[in-house]
Amino acid sequence: MTSARPVHFTVNGAAATVTVEPRTTLADALRNELRLTGTHLGCEHGVCGACTVIVDGAAVRGCLVLAAQAEGREITTVEGLGSAAHLSALQLAFRKHHALQCGFCTAGILTTAHALLTEEPHADEDRIREVISGNLCRCTGYLPIIAAIMEARIAYRDVQCEAAQ
Amino acid sequence: MSDVAKLLVGSAVERMEDARFLSGSGNFADDLAVEGMLHAAILRSPIAHARIVAIDASAALAMPGIHAVITARDISDTIPIIPLRLAPLPEFEPFRQPVIASDKVRYVGEPIAVVIADSRALAEDALERIGIEFEALSAVTERGASETPLFDFAEDNVALRYDAGFGDADAAFASADYVRTERFSVQRHTALPMETRGLLAEWNSSAGRLVVTGATKVTFYNRRALAQMLGLREDDIDLIEIDVGGGFGVRGEFYPEDFLIPFAARKVARPVKWIEDRREHLMAINHSRDIACELSLACRSDGMMLGLRGQVFADMGAYIRTNGGVVPAKAAQFLPGPYRIPHVSVSVEAFMTSKTPVGTYRGPGRFEANFFRERLIDMAATDLGIDIAEFRRKNLITEQELPYPIDGLVPYEGPTSYDTGDYVEVFERALKEIGWHEKRHLQGKLVDGVRHGIGLGCFVESGGAGPKENAALTLEKDGSLTVAVGSSVLGQGLETVLGQIASDTLSIPFDRIRVLHGSTTLLDEGFGTYHSRAVVMGGSAVLDAAIRLREKILQQASNHLGRPNSELKIINANVVADNGASVSFAALAAGCELQADGTFSNEVRTYSYGTHAAHVTVDPRTGAVKVLDYIAVEDVGRAINPAIVHGQAIGAIVQGLGGVFLDHLIYDDQGQLLNASLADYLVPTASDFPVLRAVTLELRPSPSNPLGAKGAGEGGIVAVAAATANAVAAALAPLNVEIHHLPLTPPRLWRLIKNAHARAITAA
Ligand code: FES
Ligand code: FES
Repeated sequence: MTSARPVHFTVNGAAATVTVEPRTTLADALRNELRLTGTHLGCEHGVCGACTVIVDGAAVRGCLVLAAQAEGREITTVEGLGSAAHLSALQLAFRKHHALQCGFCTAGILTTAHALLTEEPHADEDRIREVISGNLCRCTGYLPIIAAIMEARIAYRDVQCEAAQ
Repeated sequence: MSDVAKLLVGSAVERMEDARFLSGSGNFADDLAVEGMLHAAILRSPIAHARIVAIDASAALAMPGIHAVITARDISDTIPIIPLRLAPLPEFEPFRQPVIASDKVRYVGEPIAVVIADSRALAEDALERIGIEFEALSAVTERGASETPLFDFAEDNVALRYDAGFGDADAAFASADYVRTERFSVQRHTALPMETRGLLAEWNSSAGRLVVTGATKVTFYNRRALAQMLGLREDDIDLIEIDVGGGFGVRGEFYPEDFLIPFAARKVARPVKWIEDRREHLMAINHSRDIACELSLACRSDGMMLGLRGQVFADMGAYIRTNGGVVPAKAAQFLPGPYRIPHVSVSVEAFMTSKTPVGTYRGPGRFEANFFRERLIDMAATDLGIDIAEFRRKNLITEQELPYPIDGLVPYEGPTSYDTGDYVEVFERALKEIGWHEKRHLQGKLVDGVRHGIGLGCFVESGGAGPKENAALTLEKDGSLTVAVGSSVLGQGLETVLGQIASDTLSIPFDRIRVLHGSTTLLDEGFGTYHSRAVVMGGSAVLDAAIRLREKILQQASNHLGRPNSELKIINANVVADNGASVSFAALAAGCELQADGTFSNEVRTYSYGTHAAHVTVDPRTGAVKVLDYIAVEDVGRAINPAIVHGQAIGAIVQGLGGVFLDHLIYDDQGQLLNASLADYLVPTASDFPVLRAVTLELRPSPSNPLGAKGAGEGGIVAVAAATANAVAAALAPLNVEIHHLPLTPPRLWRLIKNAHARAITAA
């Protein structure tokens, strides 16, 4: 309240400033101050992964990071991966494989997978399972999620090729 | 149905809801924000059983940003009591839960006070400043463990006992060649949807109207209950359903907060939002399972089952909530399963403890009953020297015997019969899928340090609860279709399924259909989603409305084109006459209102059925179990969207495996819940069960509804404990280990192995 201070960072390519108390988490700042409600909170204690956002390329739990720690960082949320009208290759693969049911865990799984495949577009099934095991989904049983991520790898390889050329 | 190139019903179309979830534009309860909104936090009892001597909220009220602290005293002299929605037996009435504790608390997590503040953080801060003086009473955490009655009016802690059955079990047992009796149990656990509960209540004082957003499952019923508690007319309340992050039975029942948050909004005359945190979720939402059973089986020496006796003991927790005794009643009802057992007697004892109250969780009672029975079948088959597959084959009800009455197992329900199916064929299919004939030699074998086991579990599963469901279809002026239905959507893809049904019937492209669901604003009356009823009941209501709307469209087109109905065809949202003249749906809708209501009434239950098979290894040095292969075969009658049904099955299997190995709400003898966080309450992750398969069959449609559907949300979970525990038991049989109790954690299995080993040494 009285101790609220401004924090500046970039979200999905655009500069943003939030004025928040020191105890405000990054997830709460994104959701409540910037109304980026695609990032969800399933536990608020760092276990479920629903709140995962990408900070400077790394998947982090928005409920465990304070907004103040994001000063000067570059953040990507699910809203930055693609829009309902223009879904990314990863998102399209999720739709094709029915890799979501209630959709509550989905944002955190997409951001986790996006960070992984950006770094490791050749990740094998075991590696994908290992990384996704930090995200809880109570609906799908994970099988279609793994299948979707496996299929989406190709799109990230293409991006790497383009970058290399 | 209409002329369309390809029917959507029966095909795995992509889901219409996915684009919004994938892009982060879903609308869940915590996403709601309105002008002037305040936030609630709830003070919950930290003690399992105590008298409340005094509450001092003055320090909390003095904090900045705090608008109100509501306790029982602020509500009224008579605290509203949560009604029994299902099976309202008079015995349970005195054990129902008040919406807030007044003189006594009876479980850790029971609401005592509600703080309303400018922010959730401030509200939580204030909780710590409310002073409560308790006079501790002894907690009751087990059946018959204490003489202390939890309720002053009661002599003991048993809320209900009944006997039920058919045939003459005593005579069957007296004349049997073989009898075996064993005790089994399934541990207390819960559904754990990934979204916790949440509500936004808005009170409009000038209009005297209340709107509660975030409701689901049985909104019309809950509105009725809330209206009575608040002294409002039903019409003055609307319950709005938005996106829901999983239900699985626990979400959407009427809980204390469903009264407290609307009450608070009316009291402070501001919108109030409450979002449950995970800790309170684990102590506040319905727990489930927690059933013990003493089961006896009587057989002839050739393995023919003659009689079954089961005593079901259910820990109901501190109060009887909306689901009444459904969990133990279904555990008793499904004890005989898909087998021809002429003489069955069951008894149910529902007892109270100082724990969170229980309710239904996906496959309530069935998960437990199938585990108990299928375990005992393996023991009996082994004793009699009969192959476990052959034993089941012998006793499964054959198609010629259907419909097969199973009346009398639930005293408050009317007669019911297993409807249609070929139980044996589905059983053989599961054997084939798991590779039973090739792999059975592995039973109990030690290979590379681990022991192999293959287990089977057969089930029948009821769906499609009555009495009815309603739908209303409107052809909009732009030619698109709006479907409104009384069923609730809890993340299971129902929008897509209902869209498929409407699309086929009306020949409207799928992407021109919008499905609205659950909210009390949509229809005069709705019945909701539970007991695998949404497709059976809601789907059939949509079909009925679509057929009526189709007639209206054709009539309107006939007037417009001047041709008789018999010469008209619907093609892709146009009505085309034999002479080539045509008119679009949009043009017809522009000229007049095209709307149709549909309804489907049915009290007859559907019975899906199937077999699960599991192949596991157990490491005898550690007790660690690996699921090498898992197959669930189920006949669902009709799968509107096979990909959605498959997803339901796989998701349910994994939830079931969690119930076998991981999910466990652990209490100490003081009634403290020891693992109220996701760090301590374990559920399956992506690396736990990588190999699972589900086969959905459409062998025998249900005769009870025009779609032929039997409900498909629960068949994936109901036999998981049965098949998996049998597989673990088969793996450990050479070590003389028997499995009676879940969860099968490594420490428990390790101890069983060690004890069996010690016994063997002593005997030698
Ligand atoms: S909400 Fe952050 S990990 Fe669960
Ligand atoms: S889709 Fe519901 S929790 Fe993952």
